[in-house]
Amino acid sequence: MSKILIVAEHDGHTLNLSTAKCVSCAKAIGGDIDIAVLGQGHDAVGAQAAALAGVSRVLMISAAHLAHPLAANWAPEVLQLAANYTHVIGPSTTMGKDLMPRVAALVGVNQFSDVMEVLSPLSFRRPIYAGNAIIDVKAAEGQKIVMTVRTASWPATGSGGNAVVEQRTAQGTAAGHSRYLALNSAGSERPDLQGASKVVSGGRALGSAEGFALIYRLADKLGAGVGASRAAVDAGYVPSDMQVGQTGKIIAPDLYLAFGISGAIQHITGIKDSRTIVAVNKDAEAPIFEIADIGLVGDLFTVIPEIEALLG
Amino acid sequence: MKILVGIKRVVDYNVRVRVLPDGSGVDIDGVKMSINPFDEIALEEALRIKEAGKAAEVIVISCGTDECQQQLRTALAMGADRAIQVKTGSALQPLSTAQALLRVIEREQPGLVILGKQAIDDDNSQTGQMLAALWNRPQATFASKLVFEGEKLTVTREVDAGLETIEVDLPAVVTVDLRLNEPRFVKLPDIMKAKRKPLDVIPLEELGASLASNLDITRYAAPPLRQKGIRVENAAQLVQELKNRGLL
Repeated sequence: MSKILIVAEHDGHTLNLSTAKCVSCAKAIGGDIDIAVLGQGHDAVGAQAAALAGVSRVLMISAAHLAHPLAANWAPEVLQLAANYTHVIGPSTTMGKDLMPRVAALVGVNQFSDVMEVLSPLSFRRPIYAGNAIIDVKAAEGQKIVMTVRTASWPATGSGGNAVVEQRTAQGTAAGHSRYLALNSAGSERPDLQGASKVVSGGRALGSAEGFALIYRLADKLGAGVGASRAAVDAGYVPSDMQVGQTGKIIAPDLYLAFGISGAIQHITGIKDSRTIVAVNKDAEAPIFEIADIGLVGDLFTVIPEIEALLG
Repeated sequence: MKILVGIKRVVDYNVRVRVLPDGSGVDIDGVKMSINPFDEIALEEALRIKEAGKAAEVIVISCGTDECQQQLRTALAMGADRAIQVKTGSALQPLSTAQALLRVIEREQPGLVILGKQAIDDDNSQTGQMLAALWNRPQATFASKLVFEGEKLTVTREVDAGLETIEVDLPAVVTVDLRLNEPRFVKLPDIMKAKRKPLDVIPLEELGASLASNLDITRYAAPPLRQKGIRVENAAQLVQELKNRGLL
């Protein structure tokens, strides 16, 4: 039977939703599921992890050098734990993408990146070429599996669990050559882009940072998260952490509303798992209409106020 | 200081790849090949660091068949001083590439290694992190800004929550994100000049990189298609349709 370790993602206070998605992937593999929560003074996160349904144990490791997820400090710690597991899993977020390959190299294996489906405990499905091809990849029998989980492909496991929380001592010390300095977060009151059930996104057609206010207003009316195309980010209308697409965030909300986004392949890659995609664009030939469930050819500057008025 | 830049030969960004009907691979017969776009950004950054007087030499390296010499020549035309081809007939997976790079690092002793954050073919995003692990040196992934202070490098990283800043001691591995810079265009005279720049070929076997932990790709498939959608004429129809589907 598989013994699975998930490396939790959190900000010191709150468990990131991606961890609950990793649990769903772990359940598809089947076996005993533990979660490692590295950090410092982060007991609240441990309690949240213990509440996820299907988790056996939560391993809390607290140390000053683990306060921030510096891969150089976290990877040796995860390596120590990995000895007792067949699978070590992290989310395919920037945190997991940074950490897990470092763990894999220390283990001495190649990593399965962006796992979207489990075929067997040794075989997994993942996208390549920006999602233009899907491959099945298999590890040799007896090889330890290190993987990142493509969060948009998995539902979040619910709560109701009651895992045992164990305090563990950090085995390693600070790498010494890497130091965390700061995080500049746009700090929005809006729902997190990756967890939001509805997302409103804008493209270059908004024309300016001021024009983007239209998108924010509609999003607030819908209780939606706000995203943007790479073109809108590059034009400086919004910060880069709002970028949706292959090189930004890959999301899968229930409802995705794209305004003035043409639908470059790299953007499509980031949204195509959304349950319903709505596209509003002046250009009837825009590629976004090829994947939209509901398309409306029109000028967003008139359509958005009309929608707002209809929502009351 | 020497800077080592990794270059991967990949299907060009603008080509829409198709899976072969028998599921044995993707059809890359006759398609345009280019430097992985993220690697181009890595090289541009290395050249700017050299032009700012903070590095003496920029070396580009690629692992592959002789065909990857085309991309190495392009990198030399962009401004790299010399190139190394790690010659291999098999497609290397990230751990093997990292092992090969480490052996070359031991020979060349660079102060900085810059790679793209991922290759746009296999989308693995592993090599830089693996190299940093094997080398036991810092990694600064998804970089959007580099600032040197003596033997230290301050790196701004594009992370999901915003922009993170870390400080690393050199030597270090940096992997670059899109917004770090805009790569220069290659000028014709530079293409001629590049032909005379040194390009060393090292057989992979000589470096002792292992292919033992390769993962086995058993099947390629086209992605599932989305069902064809509908068109609505105006905002009222749109809102009604969303309400009908229980989405508003």
